[in-house]
Amino acid sequence: MTAVLESSGLSKRYGRRQALTDCTLSIPSGHVTGLVGPNGAGKTTLLNLAVGLLQPTSGKIEVLGGQPASSSEQLARVGFVAQDTPTYGGLSVADHLKLGAHMNPGWDNELAERRITQLGLDPAQKAGKMSGGQRAQLALTLAVAKRPELLILDEPIASLDPLARREFLQVLMEATAEQELSVVMSSHLVSDLERACDYLIVLVASRVRLAGEVDQLLATHWQLTGPRCDPAALPDDWQVISASHTDRQSTLLVRTSGPVADPAWAADHIGLEDLVLAYMSQPAPQPARTATPSMEAQR
Amino acid sequence: MIWLTWRQFRAQTIVTAAFLAVLAVALLVTGLNLAHLYNASGLATCHGSSCGTFASNFISEVKGGLSEKVFYAGIYIVYAAPAIIGMFWGAPLIAREIEAGTFRLAWNQSVSRSRWVVVKLGLIGLAAMVTAELLALLTSWWASPVYQAASAARSDSLSIARIAPPLFGAQGVAPIGYAAFAFTLGVTAGLLIRRTIPAMAVTLAGFALVQIAWPNWVRPHLMSPVRESAPFSIGRLDEVMIGNGNQMIVGDTASKPGAWILTNQAVKPDGQPFTGPPTHACLSQGMQACNASIARLHLRQVIAYQPASRFWSFQLYETAIFLVLAVALAAFCAWWIRHRRLT
Amino acid sequence: MMWLTWRQFRPQAIAAAAVLAVLAAVLLVSGLSLAHLYTTTGIPACHAHHDCESLASGFLMHARSGSYDRLHGIAAAIVLLAPAVIGMFWGAPLITREIETGTFRLAWNQSVSRYRWIGVKLGLIGLASMAAAAVASLMVTWWAAPINRAVVLAGSASPTTVNRFTPAAFAASGIVPVGYAAFAFALGVTAGVLVRRTVPAMAVTLAAFAAVQLAWPNWIRPHLIAPVHAVLALGKVSLGGFGDGPGNSLFLAVGSKGDGWILSSHAANAAGQVISRVPGGCSTQTGGPGAFLACLARNGVRAAVTYQPGSRYWTFQWYETAIFLVLAAVLATFCYWRVSRRALA
Repeated sequence: MTAVLESSGLSKRYGRRQALTDCTLSIPSGHVTGLVGPNGAGKTTLLNLAVGLLQPTSGKIEVLGGQPASSSEQLARVGFVAQDTPTYGGLSVADHLKLGAHMNPGWDNELAERRITQLGLDPAQKAGKMSGGQRAQLALTLAVAKRPELLILDEPIASLDPLARREFLQVLMEATAEQELSVVMSSHLVSDLERACDYLIVLVASRVRLAGEVDQLLATHWQLTGPRCDPAALPDDWQVISASHTDRQSTLLVRTSGPVADPAWAADHIGLEDLVLAYMSQPAPQPARTATPSMEAQR
Repeated sequence: MIWLTWRQFRAQTIVTAAFLAVLAVALLVTGLNLAHLYNASGLATCHGSSCGTFASNFISEVKGGLSEKVFYAGIYIVYAAPAIIGMFWGAPLIAREIEAGTFRLAWNQSVSRSRWVVVKLGLIGLAAMVTAELLALLTSWWASPVYQAASAARSDSLSIARIAPPLFGAQGVAPIGYAAFAFTLGVTAGLLIRRTIPAMAVTLAGFALVQIAWPNWVRPHLMSPVRESAPFSIGRLDEVMIGNGNQMIVGDTASKPGAWILTNQAVKPDGQPFTGPPTHACLSQGMQACNASIARLHLRQVIAYQPASRFWSFQLYETAIFLVLAVALAAFCAWWIRHRRLT
Repeated sequence: MMWLTWRQFRPQAIAAAAVLAVLAAVLLVSGLSLAHLYTTTGIPACHAHHDCESLASGFLMHARSGSYDRLHGIAAAIVLLAPAVIGMFWGAPLITREIETGTFRLAWNQSVSRYRWIGVKLGLIGLASMAAAAVASLMVTWWAAPINRAVVLAGSASPTTVNRFTPAAFAASGIVPVGYAAFAFALGVTAGVLVRRTVPAMAVTLAAFAAVQLAWPNWIRPHLIAPVHAVLALGKVSLGGFGDGPGNSLFLAVGSKGDGWILSSHAANAAGQVISRVPGGCSTQTGGPGAFLACLARNGVRAAVTYQPGSRYWTFQWYETAIFLVLAAVLATFCYWRVSRRALA
């Protein structure tokens, strides 16, 4: 399968602030990819680079095999909903659908109108008078109805109520199945991503910490409990993500491709949320370690 | 609240202060040149009848050169200032807070809404009035030699009458009233329209309409004009026009130096305006015969005017009226914010 | 993209159309009445009676008083201000509104490249700006046509020193308003692209355009073509003022030179050199203005005048329009390049 998003050494700097550092990624197609990280980690920067709203300071990024936003054909293949779900406040819902129809050759008007009806939006209502959630749904409708191959969503569910959230993710998963649509969406709510995503990227302090298919990530991470031990004495193929020690006992989160054979350790699988939290609270890695996630991603 | 108002208004204050400073320097430089011209004209030391000639010369000299451009530029600036204040200080004052939603932040500090709006309106309204008056004082100081010469000339062919538009609105205390009115007009437009740019456009259009309508249709009637009727004088004849529809129009100069002439008509002995028919002499003979034939019509010249001595009465009236309008608009804004929702 | 541009521009277009319609109605009524006055004055047949000068000056005298003059002033002010208003309200917010509300992120992720996005916006609304200015100017030019013809016919008898070539009228008639509107619009967009916030960008646009409009007629327009210098006999020229001052100083100014634009004038001898002292004991104190003038003429005083002849009116109109259109194109190209090549956020 080809990659929907491929980057190497991608960096973005705003003045003296490094927003994204040396990001090397390859997201395969056919996935719903979750991009998680704390506030200010660089999620929006990465997504804006992917749709060409930003130019990288260094490095390369290719989306669906092309330069982001390099041509109207490229634009037609990628749908994007920006973080604050911008809409034209003075234009009505119907105007926004017309906008989409006029500006996108592959516009699916039937899909757009069906979604608007399902959502119970009044076509004559001005976008400026709608709630944040309704605006998000409108922006998403525009992005979906242009029939993109890749849909990029920046915090799309932040302003939705829990019910709308579940429906939204449902629609998203259906769309991926029916339209052979790939999705990249950012969030800091892991619980929401857990339901929909089958690929995960963890971004912390402008660097990619973890990237891979969710199943595989869950299969290779173990929560180990055992007698207090010296970290240096652990097997070489164990990568310790987090460790906590009491006087007699150590609790480790370990990444390893093989099984945990040592009977001294009680091995448990870990939930996605705990896994992500462990990576997010990990101290800044040494430069040598940053290669690991990218190797993982390219596998 | 005062701190917040000042902090939000700081950029505008700096820009305005910089503009005033640049203008003051420019006016000082050209003003010294004008003062030099004034002294050289002999007006400062003249006595009696020679003053009239010196004054006419001085004003003719001013009219040709750079000084005339500065004179009118000064008047434009004083007229434009209230409109700009209304657009850039007034309209965004509340509209920006509504658009950005920051009024929610401001209203949930421990400051009442009334205080919020009163401090905003009061402080920036005061700044608006001070700015407008500073501009008026600066440009009036610059133009004072011209006005002195105009009054010394005792002739109205110079058409410099301080009580007549456009000079009236750029002097005295009237700009204070305009600025207060334009500012509150802008705030009201922003509050009702709730979007900055349309509110700015409405403020500009509204204030321009008032500034066009006021001197043409309202100000002349603030005090009832003086009406005078005098025998038509061939010596002061300045218009003789013969139309082919059996029409003839004649006019005398209105010899009221410094006054604002509202109407000036030649009327027949029965009191009706004279519009013809043309006299035989004017149709077929020379100018002298024509003039003599006009004299034989026994016309009268009827003028209505506001004398120059009413300058300060008009200034005070007009300032008071615009200040009252401004207070009414401000009170409306305060009431609206107190009793209506902003979203 | 055309559709979105038009849809976003609709309120402004309606407002502009309404203003133009009101202006057109008022100017039409008044203009017909002014044209009627021109005809009834007998000017069209004046060449047969050899009384063009007096009829035309009488007509001008009448047109200068009352509601005609007032309306002319208001209409000319509207045409003068229109480019500034266009620059502020159409130009400056064009990009800044999209930045402030983030909607450029929405627009740029439709299947329309941002080259096309900025190109269509600049092109369509730029054209609309020029069209609005052209219509307003055309109406005022049509309204003032009888006055302009009368100024030419009245010659040195003209009661007014103002004509279509003098700065305020020049900028408010003919085709230059089209150039100003294009320039002001592009200036507004440029200010928006650089300042990125609407209200400050509007203020910058207003200040910059006012500065250009102030500097241009005073320091640049007079030199677009080298002016004509002429030394004329006092009887052949319409004087704007003359007199003597303290120490025998002489003052003399030319009021009008047909429908030309007077740049400067002074008293001179036959060779055109400046005379600053009253010659031959002439004085306004002894015989009144008429005798003083005759005395000056006897003593060889002439009027030297530097001016742009009325025949150059259209040349100046074309030059100036072309210059401002080129400036507008340069600014628009800058905006096009800047928006399409650089990130907005």
